[in-house]
Amino acid sequence: MSEHMGHPDGPTPLERFLNGILPENPVYRQILGICPTLAVSNSMESAMTMAGAVAFVLVSSNLVVSLIRGLLKPHLRILVFTLTIATFVTVADRFLAAYMHEMSRKLGPYVPLIIVNCIIIARCEVCAAKQSVITAVADAIGQSLGFALAMATIATVRELLGFGTWFGLSVMPKAWPAWVVMILPPGAFITLGLLMGAVNWIGAARAGKSAGGGGEAKKA
Amino acid sequence: MSDKGGYIKQGWLVLVLAGCFGAALAAVHVGLGQRIESNKLGDTLGQVPKLVPGAVEGRSELLGGRTVYRAVDSSGRTVGWVLPVGGGGFADRIELLIGLDASAATITGLYVLEQKETPGLGNRIEEPAWRAQFTGRSAQRRLAVTKADKPGADEIQAVTGATISSRSVTDIVNDAVGRFRAELGASRQ
Repeated sequence: MSEHMGHPDGPTPLERFLNGILPENPVYRQILGICPTLAVSNSMESAMTMAGAVAFVLVSSNLVVSLIRGLLKPHLRILVFTLTIATFVTVADRFLAAYMHEMSRKLGPYVPLIIVNCIIIARCEVCAAKQSVITAVADAIGQSLGFALAMATIATVRELLGFGTWFGLSVMPKAWPAWVVMILPPGAFITLGLLMGAVNWIGAARAGKSAGGGGEAKKA
Repeated sequence: MSDKGGYIKQGWLVLVLAGCFGAALAAVHVGLGQRIESNKLGDTLGQVPKLVPGAVEGRSELLGGRTVYRAVDSSGRTVGWVLPVGGGGFADRIELLIGLDASAATITGLYVLEQKETPGLGNRIEEPAWRAQFTGRSAQRRLAVTKADKPGADEIQAVTGATISSRSVTDIVNDAVGRFRAELGASRQ
């Protein structure tokens, strides 16, 4: 099938895959999908379940949208994206309720809310509606890994400081006074802000080194 | 390209996809629906022996239009009741299971099936130590919530920083127990 909707070449599957992990990380660089990032990142277990559900929905939606991209009408495309995403989210939600009942109870409304997670609709719009199935799937996997990486880093900080555990296992010394604030919403904002700052700072420092001070507009 | 062809020509893909996805979801529901329901029921039934001393299983019954669970021992004798009830909490609905003895005179246990209270504060209503306060209380008098260190016979000590969540649970228990006692009394006359 020829690429008929602009960008005849576009990024290759490998570029799409790699970009999603760090250079275009959905959370740290695109600042998308912040709702689940803040809401369910207070333990590794729920963060990784969310990352898994998002990965399933993202890969499936990108695959389907890429397969039907030749049939899309421009003014109805968002409707088709939403319909596709909502279907896979419902499948993920029912699957969790059936096979991971405890986790499904814990995540509550945040699984159905994946429908409005902008990471997914953005990938349908940016990549899957324009590029081949292989590129779209590579893109979805890269972005999913990027999202999982962001969730894992935030949840690690929050669970360690807030509960003194990691994946539910005690790792901090017994005397550790669990910082309740890290489990609560403010802890999510503080952690996300500091980590995002760190990622940008490292990015700026590296860009400065390789390009002799060019690249980033802001001074590190 | 807006007015080329009719609505069908424009929107056929949406219609076809909606049909396919609908069928797929129906299939998922047929495949998983029973398992999901039994998970929920399993949650409830699994709690019956913990909520009513001596009980080995719960049998669902309708009383006054509501489902209740008759807790029976190994010889089939009624040893108590488990009431699935719910009401508004601080953040969202709270779903509880209340254990009562056979004559519904004493509360024998409390379990939180579902809650979305504030993590670290209100969600401590799930903690066994807090829930255990209800065990052994009389079901004939309303319970009150107190912030005092030494609660009285009909008082429940609030979770620190979560008075509203504590009061919500206590109110749900009071209302449900009162209603159940009235219905049980009526059904025995």
